[in-house]
Amino acid sequence: MFRYVLKRFLLVIPVLLGATFLVFSIMEMTPGDPARLILGNEATLENIHSLREEMGLNDPFLVRYTRFLTNMLRGDLGTSYRNNLEVSKQVLQRLKNTMILAGAAVLIAVVIGIPVGIISAIKQYTAFDNIVMMVTLFLAASPVFWMGLMLVIIFALKLGILPAAGMKSGFPAMLVSLILPAFTLSSNTLAIIARTTRASMLEVVRQDYIDTARAKGVSEYRITVRHMLTNALIPIITIIGISFGGLLGGSVVTESIFAWPGVGRFVVESINFKDTPSILASVVMLSVFSTFVNLFVDLLYAFVDPRIKSQYQSGKGRLSSK
Amino acid sequence: MNNHMEKTEAVRDRTLFQQAWRQFRRNRRAMIGLFIIAFLFLVVVATILIDLFTNDGVYTQYVVKQNLANKLAKPSLQHILGCDEFGRDMLFRILWGTKYSLLLGFSAVTLSFLIGGPPGMFAGFYGGKVDNIIMRVMDIFMACPFILLAMAIVSALGASTLNLLIALGVSGMASFSRVARAAVMSVKDKEFVEAARAVGASDFTIIFKYILPNAMAPILVQLTLRIGSSILYVAGLSYIGLGIQPPTPEWGAILTAAKIYMRNAWHISTFPGLFLVITVVAFNLFGDGLRDALDPKLKK
Repeated sequence: MFRYVLKRFLLVIPVLLGATFLVFSIMEMTPGDPARLILGNEATLENIHSLREEMGLNDPFLVRYTRFLTNMLRGDLGTSYRNNLEVSKQVLQRLKNTMILAGAAVLIAVVIGIPVGIISAIKQYTAFDNIVMMVTLFLAASPVFWMGLMLVIIFALKLGILPAAGMKSGFPAMLVSLILPAFTLSSNTLAIIARTTRASMLEVVRQDYIDTARAKGVSEYRITVRHMLTNALIPIITIIGISFGGLLGGSVVTESIFAWPGVGRFVVESINFKDTPSILASVVMLSVFSTFVNLFVDLLYAFVDPRIKSQYQSGKGRLSSK
Repeated sequence: MNNHMEKTEAVRDRTLFQQAWRQFRRNRRAMIGLFIIAFLFLVVVATILIDLFTNDGVYTQYVVKQNLANKLAKPSLQHILGCDEFGRDMLFRILWGTKYSLLLGFSAVTLSFLIGGPPGMFAGFYGGKVDNIIMRVMDIFMACPFILLAMAIVSALGASTLNLLIALGVSGMASFSRVARAAVMSVKDKEFVEAARAVGASDFTIIFKYILPNAMAPILVQLTLRIGSSILYVAGLSYIGLGIQPPTPEWGAILTAAKIYMRNAWHISTFPGLFLVITVVAFNLFGDGLRDALDPKLKK
């Protein structure tokens, strides 16, 4: 088991190196001179030149990339062109808010999506199932930004029961302000999880071992949870993992609608200001975050799927378990 | 008995796509999707033709010309879907916006396939080191969340329709490499490939002339299933100001302005989104139907 975890961890390193290189190269194509951007239009050529030298902008591409990388490992992501503040501090602080939002959205999607999917599968072709399939079809196709606008119009402007935007401080107030953005962000994922759970449960519902369990007199609840769900779980976990990247992307839009102070909104602001270090840092941090979530999902498989576990057990253990 | 023989004879005569069409036609949900898509394409063709014949007259008169007397007018008999913040008829704007969503969504996916497909096919065909190198590069692209990668590209290149297309094409290529690779691997050991090699066909000919047509089904399914999300990405990026710019009536761009007026004009935010949802649902239904019809694993 340890070998599997180690192997997965080591595989993350080249991917992260590659991802930082990719984003760094893309941002390299940004037109305009950062030194001129910082100093403004009245700056003399000499001043611009000395600032370029100071910032190391005249060095070759690979030298600058290596410097960016080593600085990043030391926790230094450069200074913003916009306000001269340390980018790493700003991004990390916002990353926490994005994690809260994305975490809440995943939680909502799982807590609602899986039970709904299970009930839909057990009651296949009933009115409940039909309604669920209909609703999830539309939820999965709804753009996040439109969902957000609709929820704001209904719950904040018409009913006036929830705040339309912002992140309140203090625990209960923060939770209340989290409700609308979290539901907005979770809508697609919730629909996809519910549909996947249903499909995956339907595959195991007619297996012989379910009949066996029923014949033995196992309770329906235990059959559903222990016999069906554990076997149906792998595709569900896969889809949660896959959705996460999309969820982070959706958080960009959701944060913009709800003025949620996360990395996503920070990226959009930074793009408007052509603040390259901030864009670079945010995209890199979100990629790192999503890579680690994928790693976590991969490790989860090993715990859910005994086939992976047994591959990495020592020879002796594998024999005795057979 | 005789009847039965005739039937099996008829089955044998059909090509894969005729067979798939028969299957597809019986799928009611898929047909609904197809009809909606056909209708939307009619709208696209009609708006393009109208612009062509009236020399953009209708476009300038009804779609972009401001008429502040009707500012934020609620839906009525004259303006079924109401008017926007500049008094422009929402129905006209939405109909004229159809082509951006449909054509860009479609082109972005096609571009992703054109960039990502060939490397994936080579990876699947050659295996070993080539496979490893190509797919590890694609893993790197997969590590960045799709929309962030697209945003980074647009912000570096500047916001324009062409750059939006490039950004979406490049960001989406990696998943097509995976699909193309898997599709090629599933047919590359078949006899006809060996036969082609025996008559001395080059690797290039074998991949593109013999393997690709036989591996097309899963690729085609993936293409259609991705159009829906691609349309959403076009709208999403336009919404945050990195895609198509106003006054062009792209659905996402309309919603950006709508946000400011949602307090007193719910209709501006509601209708473009509804059209988006219906379009995406149609493509998803169509794609699901195509998968059921083309996927031999499900056919049995």
